[in-house]
Amino acid sequence: MSEDAGDSITAIETPVYLKYNFTAGEATTRFLHQVRQGKLMGQRCPGCGNVYAPARGSCAACGLPTTEEVELGNKATVQSFTIVWIPIPNNPIQPPYIVANLVPDGANISFIHLMSECDNDSVHIGQRVEAVWKPEEEWDYAMDNIRYFRPLDEPDVPIEMIGKVPLAGWEGEA
Amino acid sequence: MKDIAIVSFAQSDCRRDAGACNEVELIMPVIEQALQAVGLKNSQDVDFTCSGSCDYQQGAAFAFVMGVDALGAVPPIKESHVEMDAAWALYESMLKISMGQAESALIYGFGKSSPGELPTVLSQQLDPYYLAPLWVDSVSLAALQARVLLDQGIISEQDMAAVVARSRANAMANNPHAQLAGEVTVEELLAEAEWVAPLRKHDCCPISDGASAMVICTLEKARDWGLPYAVIKGIDHRMESHNIGARDLARSLSTELAAEKAGAANGPIEVAELYAPFSHQEIILSRALGLDEGTEINPSGGVLAGNLMMASGLSRVGEVATRIISGDIRRGLAHATSGPCLQHNLVAVLEAA
Repeated sequence: MSEDAGDSITAIETPVYLKYNFTAGEATTRFLHQVRQGKLMGQRCPGCGNVYAPARGSCAACGLPTTEEVELGNKATVQSFTIVWIPIPNNPIQPPYIVANLVPDGANISFIHLMSECDNDSVHIGQRVEAVWKPEEEWDYAMDNIRYFRPLDEPDVPIEMIGKVPLAGWEGEA
Repeated sequence: MKDIAIVSFAQSDCRRDAGACNEVELIMPVIEQALQAVGLKNSQDVDFTCSGSCDYQQGAAFAFVMGVDALGAVPPIKESHVEMDAAWALYESMLKISMGQAESALIYGFGKSSPGELPTVLSQQLDPYYLAPLWVDSVSLAALQARVLLDQGIISEQDMAAVVARSRANAMANNPHAQLAGEVTVEELLAEAEWVAPLRKHDCCPISDGASAMVICTLEKARDWGLPYAVIKGIDHRMESHNIGARDLARSLSTELAAEKAGAANGPIEVAELYAPFSHQEIILSRALGLDEGTEINPSGGVLAGNLMMASGLSRVGEVATRIISGDIRRGLAHATSGPCLQHNLVAVLEAA
């Protein structure tokens, strides 16, 4: 190419804007309607019996629709956690804070939520926690109706029992 | 490629808006139906699974991964995906079987087009430097193509309306899953206003949500299972330039070539299911395939009766296979397309066992 052709073009900008009406799915819609009422509900797989919360329409392991609704507790167990040290733009939560995989009582599969009112250094796997809900007038179709989970003064759940705690809760080792 | 048996096919209704249903909820019923017809429990009972979909349709990155939740996709599953119509997932599955790496495969395609503005969404599959930044939508491009045909005197508006009238009537008679069906005359259709000239709204396929699924296997496996089946005797796909101006829009050279390589001319074609999203494109395809009165075209109504983007191509194959398995016909042709103005075309030739 001759120099008269000017500088080589290495990039062009072509912004893309597309509008979508997102739908959550029928199973997730049921879940969100219940969260709107301040209730945490799971859905059971008719194949393996595992209870998912929030359900997304199918049991990923069996490929079956999870149609049976199961009531879940306000208490949960820490399956895993991390301490976030990086500030995220537009996120009002100031680091360091805890993001945890939590299994609510009565469910078998964890979901991710925040933990607070806790000493970050003493958070641990198997720890018992409970949901702290926003005031009822602020409830919407969203998981952040639960502000965060805070520690409970209950015995830890041993690792092999995490994901198997019934709705009745955890009394410690019998 | 070796002969492959199609042993089952299932398709959902074509719906303008599947409402709250997500991808996995669209897929599960058709997969269950296709597997049950063969007596299989889940995707672990086949050697390979391949899906076709496009994340741009529902506007969610990696939406196809969520689709996998319909399978029970736990090890040792062998699973793959094409960001294309599932007719190409069928092609990949046939390669897998031909290479001896599988004896059976489950194929599914799904599309939830209702969340976005499909003709605009499809503009993003154009070349990213010259065409996509202009936001040329799929209907406008098809209209340019129809204009070429009309101005060259290859077709008339009556011909286009006749395609639509036949589609609606066939859908009414033969296709319980159709979105658009009914008795309508050419005169009534031509009395309607132009939409994107020279196209009228009815010249364009509707926008539909839904899914389809198919089980294929080696001929030996089909006999083991003791199931009736249709044989894919030949399959081929060819693609033309992404530069619309460099193409002869009045012809489909890629379809001509794919049909030749798939062996379409090796026998009579009793039924042809053509993926023609616009009425004039059915005529282009019929001409490319050399079809005459001896061939019944789109007895299902084709995609003018309902277009499951990313599943309609697989459904064309399924429609032909179903007619062969039921004994209605002995030989047929299925066609799938992708891209603007029939850019990329696949032809499959199916025969009775």
